[in-house]
Amino acid sequence: MNCTKCKIKAVIGLPRHNAAFCKSCFNGFVHDQVARAVKSEKMFGKDDRILVAVSGGKDSLALWDILLKLGYKADALYVNLGIGAYSEQSLAKVTKFAEAPAASHGATLHLHKVEQEAGAGIKELAQLIHRPTCSTCGTIKRYQFNRVAIEERYDVMATGHNLDDEAARLLGNVLHWQEEYLDKQGPSLPASVEGFAKKVKPLYRLSERELAAYAVLNRIDYIVEECPMAKGSKMLQYKEVLNRLETESPGTKQTFYWGFLEKQSKKQPTATTMIEKDRAVLHPCTSCHQPTTAEVCSYCKMMARAKTAVSS
Amino acid sequence: MQVQLSHPTRTVEVKGPKKVKELLRELNLVVEAHLVIKGDDLVTEDEMLHDKDQIEIRPVISGGSPLTPHPLRLTDSR
Ligand code: SF4
Ligand SMILES: [Zn+2]
Ligand SMILES: [Zn+2]
Repeated sequence: MNCTKCKIKAVIGLPRHNAAFCKSCFNGFVHDQVARAVKSEKMFGKDDRILVAVSGGKDSLALWDILLKLGYKADALYVNLGIGAYSEQSLAKVTKFAEAPAASHGATLHLHKVEQEAGAGIKELAQLIHRPTCSTCGTIKRYQFNRVAIEERYDVMATGHNLDDEAARLLGNVLHWQEEYLDKQGPSLPASVEGFAKKVKPLYRLSERELAAYAVLNRIDYIVEECPMAKGSKMLQYKEVLNRLETESPGTKQTFYWGFLEKQSKKQPTATTMIEKDRAVLHPCTSCHQPTTAEVCSYCKMMARAKTAVSS
Repeated sequence: MQVQLSHPTRTVEVKGPKKVKELLRELNLVVEAHLVIKGDDLVTEDEMLHDKDQIEIRPVISGGSPLTPHPLRLTDSR
C-alpha cells in the first residue's frame, strides 16, 4: 500500500477516508483534522491558555503533543486516582512526556492526588461511600479538572475524547433514549455560568486507531494497559460493536456521530440555549462554590460522606 | 513468527509467510480495533510477514480512559 499523497510506502491505511499515508503525510492529516475541529467548533485561539486533561493514555498525550506542535499554549493536569500499579505506570508516562517534549515547548504539568484530599484512593473511597468506582471516579475527575481550570485561570479545558468515545457514548444514550444527555454531547461546551470552564474535545474527528497510530509513529510512550476497572464496561461493548460495523462499512462511526452533530446544529443555536438552560438550573455550591443543581455539589457530598464513614 | 498480544499480555507462534490482514483474521481480531507493529514500524494490512519477524498486535480500544466519563451516568455531567 502506498501513500495517497506522495506515493512512497504507506504506514497506515484509512479506509474511511479512502486513503493511505506515509508517516509525514499521516502527521499532516492528524494535525489538519485537529485544526479543522478547533476552527469549526470555535474551540480556542492562539492566545488562549488551554488546560489538557491527561491520563497517560494515547489520546490525551497525543492531544497535548498535537496542540503544542500546532503552536497553542497548552498545559496539562493529571489526576492520580491511586489505583495501584495502573496509576503508578500512567503517572510515569505522563511525567516522562511532561519532562521532555512538553517542557521544551514551555508547557507545565499540574498534578492532583485523590488520596491527598479524600484520604483514600478511588477504589477504597467508592467502597466507603457505597457507590460504583467509575461514577465516583467521574465525579472527582470532572470536579478537579474544572477546579484547576478556574483557579489557574485557563481559558478552556481540553479532553482527549475521540470519535470512538463520542460515537460509543451516543450509541449508549440513544439505546437508552437518554435524550436529556444528547445536548451535552457536542465537542464544545461553553462556560455557561461563572465557575464552569469552557470544555472542548479537539480529537472528535479522529478515531481511536488513528490516535494510537499517531502515538506509535511519533514515539509517544503511553500506557497500553487499561484501567482495571474498565473491564467489561458498557463503553467497551459499544465500541466493539461499532468497530465491527466500521470494518465492514468504513465510515460508519463518523456518519453516526458527525451526522448527529449536524442535526443538532440545525435544530437550535445550541451554545446560547445551553447557556440559558444552565443559568436557569445552576448556582454555586454552598460549600465550595462550584456550580451545581443541588444545594451542595456531588463532590462535596461525596467528601462529606467519606469523612463520616471514616470517623464512624 | 512471534506475535505479541495484549490484554492479557501473551505471545503466540504463527506460521508465515502471511499478510497482516490474514494474521488478524486468523486470530479473530478486527482491523479497526488493532495496530500491527513489525519490529518498531507500523505496517499496513497488505504487508507480508515472515517467520523471522517480531510482531506486536496492539489493541487500540480503551474502555473508559480516566478522562472518559462513564457513558451512562452523566448527571452533573460537565
Ligand atoms: S475505568 Fe472507571 S475507575 Fe478507571 S479511570 Fe475509567 S472511570 Fe475511572
Ligand atoms: Zn506521503
Ligand atoms: Zn461543592
